[in-house]
Amino acid sequence: MTNLLQTPEATQNWYLLLSTVLFSIGVIGVLFRRNALIILMCVELMLNAVNLLLVSISAYSGNVDGQVFVFFIMVVAAAEVAVGLALMVSIYRSIGSIDINVLNKLKW
Amino acid sequence: MEQTISALSAMIAPALLIPALPLLGFILISLFGKKLGHLSGWIGSLMILGSFVSSLVLFNGIGSEGKLNFDLYEWIKFAGTSLSFGFLVDQLTLVMLLFITGIGFFIHLYSIGYMHDDEGFARFFSYLNLFVFFMLLLVMGNSYLVMFIGWEGVGLCSYLLIGFWHKNPAYNDAAKKAFVMNRIGDLGFLLAMFLLLFYFGGLDFDTVNNAAMSMEKGSGLLILTTLLLFVGASGKSAQLPLYTWLPDAMAGPTPVSALIHAATMVTAGIYMVSRSNILFIQAPPTLDVILWIGIATSVFAAVIGIKQNDIKKILAYSTVSQLGMMFAALGLGAFESGMFHVVTHAFFKALLFLGAGSVIHAMGGEQDIRKMGGLLKFTKITGFTFLIGSLAISGIPPFAGFFSKDEILANAFEGNKVAWILLSLSSMVTAFYMFRLVFLTFFGSFRGTEEQRHHLHESPITITLPLMVLAVLSVIGGFIGLPAVFSDTHTFRSFLNPVFEQGHTLVAEHAHPSHATEWMLMGIATIAAFVSIGFAWTMYMKNKTLPEPDEQLSGFSKVVANKFYVDELYDKLIVNPIKVLSDLFLVLFDKLIIDLIVNLSAILVDVTGRTYRLIQTGNTGFYVFAMVISMVLFLLFQIVL
Amino acid sequence: MDSSLIFYLLSALSVVSALFVVFSRSPIYSVLSLIVCFFSIAGHYVMLNAQFLAIIHIIVYAGAIMVLMLFTVMLLNLNKTTEPHKTNMTKIAAVISGGLLMLTLLASIRAEKLAAYQSPAPSELGYVQHVGLKLFQDFLLPFEISSILFVSAMIAAVVLAKKEKH
Repeated sequence: MTNLLQTPEATQNWYLLLSTVLFSIGVIGVLFRRNALIILMCVELMLNAVNLLLVSISAYSGNVDGQVFVFFIMVVAAAEVAVGLALMVSIYRSIGSIDINVLNKLKW
Repeated sequence: MEQTISALSAMIAPALLIPALPLLGFILISLFGKKLGHLSGWIGSLMILGSFVSSLVLFNGIGSEGKLNFDLYEWIKFAGTSLSFGFLVDQLTLVMLLFITGIGFFIHLYSIGYMHDDEGFARFFSYLNLFVFFMLLLVMGNSYLVMFIGWEGVGLCSYLLIGFWHKNPAYNDAAKKAFVMNRIGDLGFLLAMFLLLFYFGGLDFDTVNNAAMSMEKGSGLLILTTLLLFVGASGKSAQLPLYTWLPDAMAGPTPVSALIHAATMVTAGIYMVSRSNILFIQAPPTLDVILWIGIATSVFAAVIGIKQNDIKKILAYSTVSQLGMMFAALGLGAFESGMFHVVTHAFFKALLFLGAGSVIHAMGGEQDIRKMGGLLKFTKITGFTFLIGSLAISGIPPFAGFFSKDEILANAFEGNKVAWILLSLSSMVTAFYMFRLVFLTFFGSFRGTEEQRHHLHESPITITLPLMVLAVLSVIGGFIGLPAVFSDTHTFRSFLNPVFEQGHTLVAEHAHPSHATEWMLMGIATIAAFVSIGFAWTMYMKNKTLPEPDEQLSGFSKVVANKFYVDELYDKLIVNPIKVLSDLFLVLFDKLIIDLIVNLSAILVDVTGRTYRLIQTGNTGFYVFAMVISMVLFLLFQIVL
Repeated sequence: MDSSLIFYLLSALSVVSALFVVFSRSPIYSVLSLIVCFFSIAGHYVMLNAQFLAIIHIIVYAGAIMVLMLFTVMLLNLNKTTEPHKTNMTKIAAVISGGLLMLTLLASIRAEKLAAYQSPAPSELGYVQHVGLKLFQDFLLPFEISSILFVSAMIAAVVLAKKEKH
């Protein structure tokens, strides 16, 4: 796994570093916030961190496949946001809040 | 000897049609019975008629020398053994086919009249057709396995039909009793099949017969196998000690008693032993067992028959007795004579049962002969045909029963004098109780209520027609097997010759009785029958003795009337110990051990579930935490490794 | 040297704006800083010779998704700074576990040799024709299937968000 990410060019490590930091900020956001909308945004942030990594690998290895993958990730992200936001609207309508601590009915 | 292949293969289609038609009838009637109403009776009858016609075609095509043996498909294949599903039609099968479908048709016809007002009319005919289907499968199978399917199937139909009026718990009990008793026999059959498969290399008759031919005569394996087969036969054919279900089986509608419990199903055991004649001939000790069990059953049941007062019970015990006589014939190695008696017995016993049904019909459900009497005036056709049947079963020449019974007696005389004396005794007793029944039912004065007297009437044509046909058959049926003194060729025996000749080569041909001996035997049998009838006449016609009510019985007659307390004995010896044992096992194993295991696993799951569900808080944040921590752990794991 | 300066600046911008997304009180500010973050990532794309992707990124994320987010914020009237915050315990736990994840990830990269930044050599890799050829030759089936995904997402969104009639 680690070998996969290591490329001959040491400069690429900068992008690895950056995307790791962005990804971790996204994770922290998901853990930190209670507003479901913000959590969704943090998820988008994580997705973009991954996108950035893919594009950098594509650029340094001279293979365009990475960029095509980014396209598909965008497709999924767009669909996810559309459905996610619709869910949030309907949850807000029925409960009056999108605080994830209020949404704890999914249990025994 | 050899017929062309094409001529025989043309017979496959009608051969397949024979069991297919009743099956079709069963499916049609059981699916659309409610809509068809009384039409279902006619459909059922027509299907059997179709089978009968096909049987005639087959009879014509195969004749006295051909043999049709074909496999439909390979059924079970494992470890070098292959069991196929196939049919065998030879002369023995033809005989069975003809009388099963022929008598079956008339009994169907009779049932249309007899069951006319019953709410389960369609259900009755669907069962009846299913029964005929399985019975045909039984006699047409070319291996013990196919025979066993039919064997089990007729057992099932017998159960269904005995308990046909299932709202009466006593009838249900009778059905269950028949089923369980048959099951004991079936176990024997099944074990025998395992032995055959393991030691004889297959289950089809040819393989088994060839294997048996090459074995040493009287070897332990042969004796064991044949004894087990005989256990099966004695369960199905109601021999000692498994006979008790048959009298109780009279709980079913009378046509059922006639078809299943007199004419066809109960002779399956005889058929099976005849079919396996080579096996049995190779195991002489088994033949002796069969002989003595047959004789014992014959005498025992005949004696019980004297003291019964239920018209159907008398006939039932008479059936058991006659079956015993057939087994005695088999035990003597006279398979043709046994089969001959099967056929004639089917004629006159079906006639007697149907006649009894007609009487019960006329009496409005009354079955006690003490409350009948003088019925001949009211029901002329029933009375006369019943009389013919009684004459036939009593062995009065020239009725059918005389010839077949005489043949068995002649064989017994040649083989074993004690057997001859006992069988003659049984035959005398038969004549006595049959005419006791006839005199008490049809002669003298009416002893029923006024209301019943007004109700007395002859039955409709669908009922009387089968009676008349069967009466004719009971009169002339014996001529297919005239003894040597009357005719040079024994038609029935020579017809069956291809089936049994191989077996006969295995035994030393014993001398045929001289003509003088035969005349003497016939004379003795006839005189004995007339003496018995005369005795019955003196008792019940001249002295007008009536069977005493149940409470006034004493001494030996009480024992006989209670059927020697065999049922009570079985209860004490077998049923009660099993009950005690099962109670013990219930407490010991079920409640203590099995319940413990089951409950423990349930408790384990319960406790685990209760513990683990605490993790599922419903708090999304917590889930995310868990996810992130797990991711960290996984990654650390990767790095460390 | 020039490109490395741009890289450092863009990286700093992305990280800071990402932090704003997480820590700002008002959802509106979160959304706006996320847009800034996305723009900086688009800049990274341009530097990585993925010009077409950069444009698409801006259109899809900044143009469509974030506008949708803004609309939702408005629709739900979430522009209140009074969002109940988590307790300090959980906040600390969140930061610690997130940082732990970051540390583990970085450890797994094992970036010992962090040379000075050097942008990749200019190439035509990210031009429309290259990406398009790749997309319509090797990835045609997934491309078409993604249209089904969009249709289902659209239907789902409409069904979920429409007012229930009682």
